[in-house]
Amino acid sequence: MSPALETVGLHRNFGALIVANDINFRLDTGARHALIGPNGAGKTTFINLITGALAPSAGRIMLGGEDITGLPQAARVGRGLGRTFQINALFKGLSVLENVSLAVGERMGIGGDLLRLVGSHRAVLERAYALLERLRIADDALVPVRELPYGKQRLVEIAISLGLQPTVLLLDEPAAGVPSAESVIILDVIEQLPRDIAVLIIEHDMELVFRFAHQITVLVQGSILMEGTPAEIAADARVREVYLGERRHG
Amino acid sequence: MEALTSILFHGLAYAMILYVISVGLSVTMGLMGFVNLAHGVFAMLGGYVSVTLMNRYGVPFALALLTSFIAVALVSIVLERTLYARLYGASELEQVLFTIGLIFMAGALVRYAWGPLPQPVTLPTALSGQLDFGFRSFPMYRSFLIAAGFVLIALLWIGVERTNFGAQLRAAVDNRRMAESIGIDTRLLFSLAFALGSGLAALGGSLGADILAIYPGYATEYLVYFLMVVAIGGLGSLRGPFVAALLLGFGDTACKYLIPELGSFFVFLAMIGLLLWRPTGLFGRA
Amino acid sequence: MASDRPVWASLIALFKQRAPADVSVVETLVRRHRLRAVELLPWILTVVAYYLFSDYLALGSQILIMILFALSLDLVLGYAGIVTLGHSAFFGVGAYAAGIYAARICGEPLSGLMVGATAAALVGWTSGLVILRTQGFTLLMLTLAVTALLAEAANKASFITGGADGLQGVDIAPIFGWFRFDMFGRVGYLYCLAVLFLCWLFARRLVHSPFGRSLIGIRENTARMHAIGSPVRRRLLTVYTISAALAGVAGALLAQTTQFVGLTVLGFQRSGEIVIMLVFGGVGRLYGAFVGASLYMIAQDQIAKLEPEFWNFWIGLLLVVLVMFARGGVLGLVDRVLSLARRKP
Repeated sequence: MSPALETVGLHRNFGALIVANDINFRLDTGARHALIGPNGAGKTTFINLITGALAPSAGRIMLGGEDITGLPQAARVGRGLGRTFQINALFKGLSVLENVSLAVGERMGIGGDLLRLVGSHRAVLERAYALLERLRIADDALVPVRELPYGKQRLVEIAISLGLQPTVLLLDEPAAGVPSAESVIILDVIEQLPRDIAVLIIEHDMELVFRFAHQITVLVQGSILMEGTPAEIAADARVREVYLGERRHG
Repeated sequence: MEALTSILFHGLAYAMILYVISVGLSVTMGLMGFVNLAHGVFAMLGGYVSVTLMNRYGVPFALALLTSFIAVALVSIVLERTLYARLYGASELEQVLFTIGLIFMAGALVRYAWGPLPQPVTLPTALSGQLDFGFRSFPMYRSFLIAAGFVLIALLWIGVERTNFGAQLRAAVDNRRMAESIGIDTRLLFSLAFALGSGLAALGGSLGADILAIYPGYATEYLVYFLMVVAIGGLGSLRGPFVAALLLGFGDTACKYLIPELGSFFVFLAMIGLLLWRPTGLFGRA
Repeated sequence: MASDRPVWASLIALFKQRAPADVSVVETLVRRHRLRAVELLPWILTVVAYYLFSDYLALGSQILIMILFALSLDLVLGYAGIVTLGHSAFFGVGAYAAGIYAARICGEPLSGLMVGATAAALVGWTSGLVILRTQGFTLLMLTLAVTALLAEAANKASFITGGADGLQGVDIAPIFGWFRFDMFGRVGYLYCLAVLFLCWLFARRLVHSPFGRSLIGIRENTARMHAIGSPVRRRLLTVYTISAALAGVAGALLAQTTQFVGLTVLGFQRSGEIVIMLVFGGVGRLYGAFVGASLYMIAQDQIAKLEPEFWNFWIGLLLVVLVMFARGGVLGLVDRVLSLARRKP
């Protein structure tokens, strides 16, 4: 069975600067995988290459066995690729429910409907609301996002990506910037994600990584240093060397 | 052949004026990212000041130019400090609205003070008549424009390359935060650059009074041209707008000469094409 | 930018103080975008005006036309967030197309509207196709260039457009063969009112549809819209074309009611004016167009009688003040006042 996500020789350079160095990466269905590495290692760049926000210089990207390298962002999303952003990318002026409804609506193919009122697409609203309930932010459904505390905004960020019904979910530092009191909820939410979604999480918070991940990939300066289980990674001397003196978040 | 030399000559004079007026806009837009549609107002004011000084008070040509340069530069500093500075972080729409407001106000004030008709231009006697180049003769004043244009441009380019101010300016246009972190006072720098750019615009407006007529609709009518020079040249660049001004100057003159039934139509079309090919301008940064 | 609730709803809520506790959240959103009684207020006013100001119906028609024009701009500027100074291009094309159609081919007004809308939509679609790839200053510049281009074309092609003298001979046949345009402007006013009403219904639908909400999403966070699989470029091109068509209808109405088309329908001045009208009323609120265009046209009519030269000055000053202190326009100010009033228990 083909992996949920795979990159073959994924390469990206800006002139002499190589930000992704022939990366061969594999994410299985239902995976709980973490991508770690020091700042500037190219983790977010890797995500941008996969989602199509950045075009690769070489290499291929396969989603569920299908080559998506040439597809634009929107098409990749339609095939089940979802992501969250490191810094909240939300529709600040709209309510929480509307934010998620936009995503759900696109996924259900009615985003371009210009002849019927939003309210007539009840299924979209109900599905969006159900998501909010699952993430325990349903009480704030009608609140404009800009009025929410940062931690809750982060949850909205995750809710939007879930609204796309992804088969592969890329979470870019979901707990970043969230005070530790609120990050517990985010941890819970991530742990309770449906088992059929393959999740790749970028994080600096080692506690979160070791709690969540079954597989860890270490990225350093655009190249994969090593891959393995949490125990293997924790024991590896090279990894410790890379992180020596590295301040950790969270 | 005669037509070609005419087009080149008059096109060059036109290009000079366009460049001198627009270069300030390119620099300030590149420096602060502020969409200043009202830049033409400074050119217009410069024209009014110098023309009035010469016509009504008999001030000699050079002195009138200098006065208009200084006067408009001062006015621009006042405007910049009191109004523009408040809007540096504002949205594009707000900057557009604000500068349109300035254009309207300036146009109305100028119309009130000087009336709706274009200002009569009296060229200094030393610069009127024809200049004989041997193979043919050209209007003296236009020749002077071309020469003066080259001198101004040379001064400007040398100044930006060689002086401390110029170095700071280039640094700040390139990367403002970096420049600030090494101690460059970008706010002061911007005010000075704004004043210099506006003064140059005034100079261009004064010099070019017989090419771009000085009347209350000046800032509105020629807005497209100034913006085109900046957009095609590339924001924050000095050389870019020069090339763009040449293209526009030659192109527009050629079209008006050879296909007057179409006027500026082709030039606009070509400019749109150029911008689509190079959205950040010929010499702009992505 | 705009609050989600129409100002009128806030007004009503202020007086009603209804407890929504037993209405589920989903139900609230399902009902939110439905037509409220309050939204019929502008239409009541326009009908009242017909009887109350029967001497000013020519001005009234012009106001209705400008409302439609501003409404079209709101779709692009207020909802999609495209800053454009070239919207007069579509207005002008619609005006000239309808005018030439009436002068040369057929004086039937309704088909004239179709001609104007189609011509404008075509220009909107082709120009949108090329310029919506850009953004910011370059986009602004290109919108200006397009309307300047068309203005120059209209100026030079005087054998069809009449050039600087304007297009004459625009004779309009009676609507449906029955209603002839009278010299008091009665038929003209009702004609413009009917057209505006239909266009408004359509625009309102659009704005409250999933498409309309996605435009707001594009405006607020384009990157996010890409990331949720939204075909951003296609949506923008669609709204740009629709908006152009509506602006074209407004232009056609102008040609038909004044039976004349001059060069001023194109160019920067006309574009700037309609942006001002919309901003003055409030962008992104659909009704800002009504408020802004009405106030502007009435004020212009009154002040132009007294001090014609200073109209531009006051408008300029108002713009500067607006940007400095009242960024939401008139409706934004009303919103602020209402929220202050609501806070006092």
